[in-house]
Amino acid sequence: MTISSDLASHTADTSLGTDPALEPVAGRSPTQLAMARFRKDKLSMAAFVVVAVYLLLGILAPFGVKFGILDPFSFHSSAKYLDIESGSIPKGFMGGISWSHPLGLEPGTGRDVASRLVYGVTFSLTIALSATIVAVSIGTVLGIVSGFVGGYVDAAIGRLTDLTLSFPQTLMLLALSGLAVAMIVQAGVPAGNVAQALFVILVLGLFGWPPIARIVRGQVLSIREREFIEAAKLMGAPRRRMYFKEVLPNLWAPLLVYFTLTMPAYISAEAALAYLQVSVKPPTPTLGNILTDSISYSSADFFFFFTPAFLIAVIVVSFNLVGDGLRDALDPRGAR
Amino acid sequence: MDEPTLTTTPADGPPANGGATSSSGSTSTSGSAAPHRTATVPHGEPILEVDELQMYFPVKSSGIIRRTVGHVQAVDGVSFQVPAGGALGLVGESGCGKSTTGRLITRLLTPTAGAIRFEGQDIARLSPRELKPVRREIQMIFQDPYTSLNPRHTVGSIVGAPLEIHKVVPRNKVLPRVQELLEIVGLNPEHYNRYPNEFSGGQRQRIGIARALTLQPKLLVADEPVSALDVSIQAQVINLLQDLQREFDISFLFIAHDLAVVRHFCPEVAVMYLGKLVEIADRDTLYNHPHHPYTQALLSAVPDVKQAAIGGRRDRIRLEGDVPSPINPPSGCRFRTRCPLAQEICAKVEPPLLQIGPHHKVACHFAGEVGQHPTTPISASVLGVDEQGNQKPEAASTSELGSQPGFSDTWVDVHGHRGGSGATRSS
Repeated sequence: MTISSDLASHTADTSLGTDPALEPVAGRSPTQLAMARFRKDKLSMAAFVVVAVYLLLGILAPFGVKFGILDPFSFHSSAKYLDIESGSIPKGFMGGISWSHPLGLEPGTGRDVASRLVYGVTFSLTIALSATIVAVSIGTVLGIVSGFVGGYVDAAIGRLTDLTLSFPQTLMLLALSGLAVAMIVQAGVPAGNVAQALFVILVLGLFGWPPIARIVRGQVLSIREREFIEAAKLMGAPRRRMYFKEVLPNLWAPLLVYFTLTMPAYISAEAALAYLQVSVKPPTPTLGNILTDSISYSSADFFFFFTPAFLIAVIVVSFNLVGDGLRDALDPRGAR
Repeated sequence: MDEPTLTTTPADGPPANGGATSSSGSTSTSGSAAPHRTATVPHGEPILEVDELQMYFPVKSSGIIRRTVGHVQAVDGVSFQVPAGGALGLVGESGCGKSTTGRLITRLLTPTAGAIRFEGQDIARLSPRELKPVRREIQMIFQDPYTSLNPRHTVGSIVGAPLEIHKVVPRNKVLPRVQELLEIVGLNPEHYNRYPNEFSGGQRQRIGIARALTLQPKLLVADEPVSALDVSIQAQVINLLQDLQREFDISFLFIAHDLAVVRHFCPEVAVMYLGKLVEIADRDTLYNHPHHPYTQALLSAVPDVKQAAIGGRRDRIRLEGDVPSPINPPSGCRFRTRCPLAQEICAKVEPPLLQIGPHHKVACHFAGEVGQHPTTPISASVLGVDEQGNQKPEAASTSELGSQPGFSDTWVDVHGHRGGSGATRSS
């Protein structure tokens, strides 16, 4: 019997492949398809624009300070600006709003609030971004190894994850901050706010990886059973190639989502740490320490209290919306 | 029970080589060959020889201390040969161990016992490092074209990956080679920059085939290469594989459950049941004169268009019950729980894979054509047991019976002595 005699020969497929009508279609990866879906989601796109504005401000602020456009440090403490008799509250509408100081002046010192906030975005985002990168990198590598190798390695990494999760990290931050910062300085990092910022980044990052390790491990457990992994083994692919070329590209979706959902958590975590006096210290501004400063003026100068809180809320909500939108776009089956 | 007559029937072709033959005229001409010799199987040097291959997967208990409580006997003592440039089909129902066999030969799994001789080299126990050169020679075509291609890689990087890993060509020569390969498998070479999700199932399978061809392997293990495809696409892919086999002189181990596809592709076919080979023969013998009741049942389940056209239905052999668990397989013959012919001996003694024709081996005590099964076990005398399977005191057990991978020039003649006690092998 012949299977094929009355059927099209296998060259039919070939002619389909060379059809000129198909030629102009450029290759679109699954990621590109997901991004097309993301662009259709209006709310997520709006949030993305907000995030982009923050990032842009954060990147440009140091240049603004350098060229004198932003002035977050000079005092305007003369009686011309501040009402020295009644607690140095800025004179004028809503905490001293004027053309030269669009968001008013800081009570007590008279520094420009707008400059401090914009410059504060730089430090807040730098800390949050670095901490997120540390957490996601550690979590990804440990998760891939744990899921792919299995056995004792998996068990060991699993217990390490449990241990890290059960560690009281807030307590650690408070109790050990002095000691840890001293160690960081000893390791050659310039003392002061650089060491302080590095401490916050390391603590957030080193305690933040367990959830991502678990998510990645779960994904890898399913990916490693797919046949393309066997195909790679059959080629004799070395381990490094398996982890980073075969498995990792299939993890971009959950990683990207997790990344955008961790960022806002760390922005607010930085603010909380600033309140507990373990983050970057004034006069260097972060959104967190500006908010901390403003709390005592919440009734006397409400606008000064409101602006940093509002900025933190907006960036956190926007990042979360972007994360949700990415999740929907990257995994269409998971959407509602 | 009368003592069996010693009968050997010689194979044609080159005279028997050496002492393996009997005294009774082993070098007669091809005219006096076995009753039904139909096809000539290309029988060069075997490129692959599998000897008593065994794969037991441990079954662990739950809990913290995971003791091994049993073994899934996925593959249990399988021996066969794949001739150079030939194709051996491996058929059987789901879970019979045929895919595991394929994964053992490609060394995605390490066998618990047995030998896999590829071009004379035993690769069963090689370490990953030692395996690397062998990997170039043995490649695999996977069943599911949707999971066998990494969705995040372009076709170019999928097909070119083996070249990069083995560094066989300089980096700037990878793309021309990839395009050449795409052309060979009938795809547009300009599509190297596309992702797998842009291709149909048949096209994806072609990409998988191109990847397998990249290192110019000598042996391809095709694990159900067409069962995930539409019937019309199946024909295209099978024809492509045949063209490739002819052009590049590749040997195939073709694993499938579709008997028609195997018949089309493979001059030699082996049937597996529950981790063991039950019958192995050349194509025409197996399809026209199956001797094992399981093979007969399998073949009777194939729909027959000609038969349907004239209105009748072929007699179907219906097997009762389910496949037993490979964790605790039946004693003796593994098929006996569902076999219409089973007798006492089947539970006591495992039937050896006896050679009963020039290219025909069968593992059944009552091997015979449909409706003509002998009433007394053909293997009893060979095994040195009586008809109920009890060990005869004077006969030594010959446990290695039927374990040799290839075919020998002498065999047990079951046809001339039907109704008697069968025949025995030469000594």
